[in-house]
Amino acid sequence: MNRMLTLSAAALMMTSAAAFADTVTVVTSFPRDLTDPFKAAFETAYPGTTLEVVSRNTNAAVSHLQETRGANTIDLMWASAPDAFEVLKEEGLLAKVDVQFEGIPDAIGGYPVHDPDGTYFGFAASGYGIMYNTRYVQANDLPVAQEWEDLKRAEYNGHVAMSSPSRSGTTHLTVETVLQGEGWDQGWATWKWISGNMNTVTERSFGVPDAVNSGATGFGIVIDFFGLASKASGFPVELVYPSVTAIVPANIGIIENAPNQEGARQFVEFLLSPEGQQVLLNPAIMRLPVNPEAYANAPEGFPNPFSEEFAPGAIEFDVDKSGVRYNLVNSLFDVLVTYRLDDLRAAVAAVQKAEAAHAETGNEEAAALIAEARALVEAMPITEEQSLDPSFTQVFTISRAEPDTEVVGRQAEVEQSWDSFAVENYRKAKELADQAAALN
Amino acid sequence: MPDTSQTASRGFTLFPRLSGAAVAGILIAIFLMAFLILPVAQVIYVAFLDARTGAFTLQNFQDFFSTTLFRESFVNSFYVSAMSVVVATLIALPLAYITTRFNFAGTAAIQALGIIPLIMPPFVGAVAMSLLFGRNGSINLLLNQYFGFRIPFMEGLNGVILVQSIHYFPFILINLSASLRNIDRSMEEAAQNLGSHGVRMFRRIVFPLAMPGYLAGAALVFIKVFDDLGTPLLLNVNNMLAPQAYLRITGVGINDPMGYVISFILVAFSVFSLWASFLFMRGKDYATVQKGGGGLSRRDLKPSEKWLAWGVIVLILAMVLSPHIGLLLLAFGTIWSFSPLPDGFTVQHFGTIFTQSSQYVWNTIVYAGSAALIDVVLGTAIAYIVIRTKVAGRKWLDYMATAALAVPGVVLGIGYLRMFHGIQLPFGLGQMSSFWGIIIVALAVRRLPYALRACMAALQQVSLSLEEAAESLGASRASTIRRIVVPLMTGGILAGFVTSFATAAVELSATIMLVGRSSDAPLAYGIYLYMQSPAGRGPGAALGILAVVIVALGTYLSQRIIERERARQTMTGQQH
Repeated sequence: MNRMLTLSAAALMMTSAAAFADTVTVVTSFPRDLTDPFKAAFETAYPGTTLEVVSRNTNAAVSHLQETRGANTIDLMWASAPDAFEVLKEEGLLAKVDVQFEGIPDAIGGYPVHDPDGTYFGFAASGYGIMYNTRYVQANDLPVAQEWEDLKRAEYNGHVAMSSPSRSGTTHLTVETVLQGEGWDQGWATWKWISGNMNTVTERSFGVPDAVNSGATGFGIVIDFFGLASKASGFPVELVYPSVTAIVPANIGIIENAPNQEGARQFVEFLLSPEGQQVLLNPAIMRLPVNPEAYANAPEGFPNPFSEEFAPGAIEFDVDKSGVRYNLVNSLFDVLVTYRLDDLRAAVAAVQKAEAAHAETGNEEAAALIAEARALVEAMPITEEQSLDPSFTQVFTISRAEPDTEVVGRQAEVEQSWDSFAVENYRKAKELADQAAALN
Repeated sequence: MPDTSQTASRGFTLFPRLSGAAVAGILIAIFLMAFLILPVAQVIYVAFLDARTGAFTLQNFQDFFSTTLFRESFVNSFYVSAMSVVVATLIALPLAYITTRFNFAGTAAIQALGIIPLIMPPFVGAVAMSLLFGRNGSINLLLNQYFGFRIPFMEGLNGVILVQSIHYFPFILINLSASLRNIDRSMEEAAQNLGSHGVRMFRRIVFPLAMPGYLAGAALVFIKVFDDLGTPLLLNVNNMLAPQAYLRITGVGINDPMGYVISFILVAFSVFSLWASFLFMRGKDYATVQKGGGGLSRRDLKPSEKWLAWGVIVLILAMVLSPHIGLLLLAFGTIWSFSPLPDGFTVQHFGTIFTQSSQYVWNTIVYAGSAALIDVVLGTAIAYIVIRTKVAGRKWLDYMATAALAVPGVVLGIGYLRMFHGIQLPFGLGQMSSFWGIIIVALAVRRLPYALRACMAALQQVSLSLEEAAESLGASRASTIRRIVVPLMTGGILAGFVTSFATAAVELSATIMLVGRSSDAPLAYGIYLYMQSPAGRGPGAALGILAVVIVALGTYLSQRIIERERARQTMTGQQH
């Protein structure tokens, strides 16, 4: 043990000596497949500089930065989820550094690439899509779903998976995109009918591609590079982009009080340079460059979000609206869908069964019951106005709430009322649909 | 233990008014305060605060009990834990009985294999399980193809019970086997002389005498299942307490106090269950005076019985080892997707990990080994203080140490960062919170309950009169402990070491917060790195296999040591 102590003490001294040379320390949620090529390219471009990569999942990375702010040892935060950067920015953990780059547009598909206040920068774009397992689809004789709407159909019952928006910032943006694209009530209705077809709502965003790769589920709602990289690793999967998709930047930001701010700036500039953007086309990475010129060297069939035919229905994404109700939407989704998935599934399956039974009969009484059941499944406990009302939204960010806003209750209280609303409605909907199915 | 008692006896001369045991108790209490209670309190005190004003309130607890979802979660957690104890007992009892009661080839191997389910590497284990037992796993694909139906192994609460029992039955197996071995043969012979035999003797004599071990194991299974979040999360069951706490604590930028309220309730309930198991044991004496009789007499099986025993064992092992068989297929397979077996086989994944993993392996052995060593030293000391001394507040040492079971790893990790960040260590070791030694402490604290329960059970079976005899022959207390008590507890201590070591080797949730640089990372962290990308599934599984092999080897070796020790003791016993 003693020898080990001396050895590691020596090793530590060596690493701290290296810190005086040029080490840039980056904390990241990205896999090695992504960080290794960038590390190699950066260290070649800047000889004498070392990129030290510390891997943590996004939550652990954010908590770590929050807890260690007093004696920060990290230069950069490098991750997908824009919401994590918003949290860091709000808490003053991101530095505003003058970073030089050119040729990158301000927005892709309606979503701003960089933080308007200049604290974090988008270096790659990702779209959301539907990933499916070709063997699964063939074995179950299913058509390929092309649009979000398709996933609502009864034939997909039990074949869909997605992660919860509260667990994955990118899933959140997909949920919010549909809410903005279709409107609050219609958007939620879409999500509930899709969720009724789900066999699982996963806790990690990587759980979805894992499930599709294994064939545990047929269709997964995933961020594109999961699908593209899975396919590149040989899994029998394909990815389609629905016409309404969210284009989400993956980001990098310099930490306030960074030990090596100059090196951190160099790395950000390298990421955004044409050279750095090329690295993204590596088959194990498969993320979309934010510099349109990088697509000149892209392989055949590589999606280009700057082209005309890519996601023609992309909406103008309202970042402010999304930001105001961020936690509220997450909580609402968890209460109505994630935690009550069994109840919701039972209700949706009953409605689908009743509809199938009366597809041809023209029984008006049944049709009325089914319509009532559908309305119950779709009913929402709050309106869009409430979702944007600060006295309501700040219930979910209460310790950061503005002092002069009157909030209407505690999160647990609000969630309890939504929960009873949902459980009761799903139960009644199932009852009505069962009645309808029993009619001849 | 010898170390602690020596410090304690030195303390005795310095502070004449405190006994050695009291000094040891105080030192342990300080350790637990510094590395468990205070860091955790720093995180979960928000359960008692008004989120808006920061004032003290009990409102959050009222909210907990008036929320339907939480009440349901509580009931679900309780049901799953109780049922898991039942199923785990059904698995463990035959294995323990057959291997300790009969002359049976391969006993050591079975006991070693029996611990492997505890070593379920994070993430890869989940994938392997769903590839075998999932809705479209191998078994269901075959069933569906040939018989047209599926069995929902992995769905809902029953899925959780199945997976938890398979995962945690070794707690019962290990502690029960250690207990059975400690039963004096003369008890059994006396029963036989009085005409008892077979099942009746097992029910009336053998099992009651093994009760401390069984109860230690069952209490661990109950509390562990109650507090475990890995399995419910992997099966995507959210309506249980531990996952509710986890989901509410780890969301980015959310500060919902309910997560901490649930954590607090988990800790309180664990301590309560422990207290209940104490009540059950109170006033019963399980110690037998004679030792060294080699445990129960072992008899040879008749050929027909042998076949039956092998049948039962193979069936149970096939069931409990299936996740690891899945892991093996994953590690050697190429692409495995919607098919009963992988498309092809390769050793390439092992090639991939070969270059980078030696550091991980070394770190894992050092971290888990040191943590387990700390655990058995503390566990023996606490067991001795609680059972053999009258030090005031001694039960609280046990409660405090056991409460660690209920503390989610992330909470402990955040607590350490909050407590120890910014403290510079001397000798150029850098920041205390990013020093690798802190990972050992975190692992030791998290796995202490396992070692502690095993040591407690072992000490309960040692008769006080043996110590009194030693002391009346003039042995000092310290040398009684060293020469009499600890040797008699060897089996239990080793059982504790093995459980702590095996489970520490694959722990991730606290370490991921504390790993400062990749050269300090253990295997589980390496697995995490691989499992972030689709191409990493094979190499991740290969690393998982490596972890399993290391722990299994360690277990097998310690099993051999026990057997050899026992043989030596029996022989010297006969010579006298």
